[in-house]
Amino acid sequence: MPAPIRLRELIRTIRTARTQAEEREMIQKECAAIRSSFREEDNTYRCRNVAKLLYMHMLGYPAHFGQLECLKLIASQKFTDKRIGYLGAMLLLDERQDVHLLMTNCIKNDLNHSTQYVQGLALCTLGCMGSSEMCRDLAGEVEKLLKTSNSYLRKKAALCAVHVIRKVPELMEMFLPATKNLLSEKNHGVLHTSVVLLTEMCERSPDMLLHFRKLVPQLVRILKNLIMSGYSPEHDVSGISDPFLQVRILRLLRILGRSDDDSSEAMNDILAQVATNTETSKNVGNAILYETVLTIMDIKSESGLRVLAINILGRFLLNNDKNIRYVALTSLLKTVQTDHNAVQRHRSTIVDCLKDLDVSIKRRAMELSFALVNGNNIRGMMKELLYFLDSCDPEFKADCASGVFLAAEKYAPSKRWHIDTIMRVLTTAGSYVRDDSVPNLIQLITNSVEMHAYTVQRLYKALLDDISQQPLVQVSSWCIGEYGDLLVSGQCEEEEPIQVTEDEVLDVLEGLLVSNLSTPVTRGYSLTAIMKLSTRFSSINRIKKVVSIYGSSIDVELQQRAVEYNALFKKYDHMRPALLERMPIMEKTASNVHTMFFGGYVWYYFFTLNCAFLSLAIPPMTAYSKNGLKIEFTFERANPNPNIAVITIHATNTTEADMTEFVFQAAVPKVSHDLSVTFVLEWPSQSPDLNPIENLWRELKVRVAQQQPQNITALEEICMEEWAKIPATVCENFVKTYRKCLTSVIDNIYRNFWTIKRT
Amino acid sequence: MIKAILIFNNHGKPRLSKFYEHYSEDTEQQIIRETFHLVSKRDENVCNFLEGGMLIGGSENKLIYRHYATLYFVFCVDSSESELGILDLIQVFVETLDKCFENVCELDLIFHVDKVHNILAEMVMGGMVLETNMNEIITQVDAQNKMEKSEVRL
Repeated sequence: MPAPIRLRELIRTIRTARTQAEEREMIQKECAAIRSSFREEDNTYRCRNVAKLLYMHMLGYPAHFGQLECLKLIASQKFTDKRIGYLGAMLLLDERQDVHLLMTNCIKNDLNHSTQYVQGLALCTLGCMGSSEMCRDLAGEVEKLLKTSNSYLRKKAALCAVHVIRKVPELMEMFLPATKNLLSEKNHGVLHTSVVLLTEMCERSPDMLLHFRKLVPQLVRILKNLIMSGYSPEHDVSGISDPFLQVRILRLLRILGRSDDDSSEAMNDILAQVATNTETSKNVGNAILYETVLTIMDIKSESGLRVLAINILGRFLLNNDKNIRYVALTSLLKTVQTDHNAVQRHRSTIVDCLKDLDVSIKRRAMELSFALVNGNNIRGMMKELLYFLDSCDPEFKADCASGVFLAAEKYAPSKRWHIDTIMRVLTTAGSYVRDDSVPNLIQLITNSVEMHAYTVQRLYKALLDDISQQPLVQVSSWCIGEYGDLLVSGQCEEEEPIQVTEDEVLDVLEGLLVSNLSTPVTRGYSLTAIMKLSTRFSSINRIKKVVSIYGSSIDVELQQRAVEYNALFKKYDHMRPALLERMPIMEKTASNVHTMFFGGYVWYYFFTLNCAFLSLAIPPMTAYSKNGLKIEFTFERANPNPNIAVITIHATNTTEADMTEFVFQAAVPKVSHDLSVTFVLEWPSQSPDLNPIENLWRELKVRVAQQQPQNITALEEICMEEWAKIPATVCENFVKTYRKCLTSVIDNIYRNFWTIKRT
Repeated sequence: MIKAILIFNNHGKPRLSKFYEHYSEDTEQQIIRETFHLVSKRDENVCNFLEGGMLIGGSENKLIYRHYATLYFVFCVDSSESELGILDLIQVFVETLDKCFENVCELDLIFHVDKVHNILAEMVMGGMVLETNMNEIITQVDAQNKMEKSEVRL
């Protein structure tokens, strides 16, 4: 069998392939050759073959059959073999394969090898992919190497220890003694990895954190030396002495100083020094400065220092380098909650970043802008944000629109401004607003009583321009349905009232019904709006005609509404005005359940069920209690699905007589969440209403009454007598007619009691 | 912690892929493809930080990349690493490669991928930065290469 080709040769061959298929063929051929070579247990060429396998693995071809060969290479005596073997182990193996445990012994031997590079390889592999079992077995060896004077091995042992701690946190204690004089090392590599190890230990265990707090002075000293020492060619990167180590130390100081006054005190000076002395012309300087700022903001620093930090961030914002601007915006976002006023000073720069070309920067700037909006700057900020909403990419529009709504709700200086802002959002980014904004907006509009005429006029005008943006169309049709009379009568105070006739309004609404751009939900809105106008406009016949046409619509939703509205025109015309009356002002309670009722025996319950509702527990409430009729609502979450809210209505009749003509109507708006209304007539077992025994008692009562007992003893006697006298046939009869009784009760219920109306 | 280090060319062909967290082979290839897709879309004058793709951890992880001629060097890191620091690290890595290969170009990386792995192993271990001093790294790598050569002669 010819000697297997070298890696370089293979690479050259593969590069000549012109198509993916050709490449695959070459690879498969070579894989077959490698496989047979492995089978021959050829030690000489194993190294070469595994190297080729790793190359093919990188290109994406399966290489798992080489796993055992890697182990054989690791066990070899030659350094070349071990190097490739360990590399292969790191790339191909992981703790999910049992094969990796076979490595443990090899690694143990190699950790004690005479050559430091072999020890280094073993440490590296253990630190990359050692499983918890391996770590447990070998932690002792790692700890030994952590104490060695060989700096090459010491730094590797430190990082390996980090990995061990991550895999088996209980072993952390074991490494504590070895950390004692880690920081007195001169070698920067060791210092660096030691700081990483200390950081890991402090982050994992509060006890360790307390223990290592006493290292703060030493760390401050090391940092000082780095800054103050002159040019050191060994560690210089762009004129700064070992910036990576500086950054690491600053990070550790951050963790140690957090919520501890003494440590923070000890760091104040050095932080101020670093902040003022670092050269910022190159990226390395900025990296250090950035880390310093983060540390200052996180520990208990004095206020002067904090202001200095935020000003540094402000300077970063003006830097030409986009990377610097990006990290500045990220950190400002983190600090805006705690140091709001200081960040406010940089508001104009932040708002300018909205116009940046870079997508990541724009997003950060948008989030930060929303965080900075308050009652004082709302008008100015909103102008900028609306301009941004106009011109930004679609991926931002939904978030921006939600942010605008939230900000407007919190800080609107006037109702008119609020409504104008919402209109602006709906007209510019209408298709991107979230589903729940439509009911929220409707509620807002309803509550701004004095603005009804203005609102409906503006919405009407918007509809004339554009009917493609569904949320806008839905809100507009709802408004026109409610306040169409104000529109037609030209009562607007805020702006020039427009002249519009009833027919024109109905034209627009009917246009929505037939347009291809309208979704089924929108069509529902417009049909209901048309119906509502039947009590506000005089052209009832036209409305009747429209409604009856849709009685045969293919859309089931529309059809149902149309049929119900038709019924309203015909059989229930006397109820129509009351049903279609103006919606009253809705109180926004914490639970978002809006309740109101209109006297008489008809109630409207207007539920906006959203997540807020489902997350709060709502106490039961008595909705009506008059003339012996009591209606109670209870709310609970369904079991087992807590995302379903169950509303139970208990109606009790405490009078002697029966109550008839009991009509319940529920107005249920379409919301984006699932609302399924199932009417479960809860008739508890043992209920006296349908228990046939009650009929028997009544029979007995009648017979006893006929005897007219004069006193208690006589009553008792007569009761016993008459009870014995009741023939068995009477009882039989009750049982026989029970079925019929039940079915007629159910019929009555469904015929007279329940109709569901949707607005 | 550094989750992955990827080097690929302008057409998405991987030149080096090292993962410090375990993923299956298919997922690894998917991650490489997805990363290439995200990074190649970027303009030349935007910042070098990207939110990570869905596969490699979503919004907690960032992609920090640098584009040199025909190669993209991408480090996928989590929030415990300083973004600016990693940018510097990429710079140090590239300069080290430059010193080891004498004016490194893509062909060097193609034909000596095992050597690149060795250099990287001296810089990053287990997802953590091991050594940042260029000269130190080169000294160690040279010594190990010498050991290999001496074995071959035997």
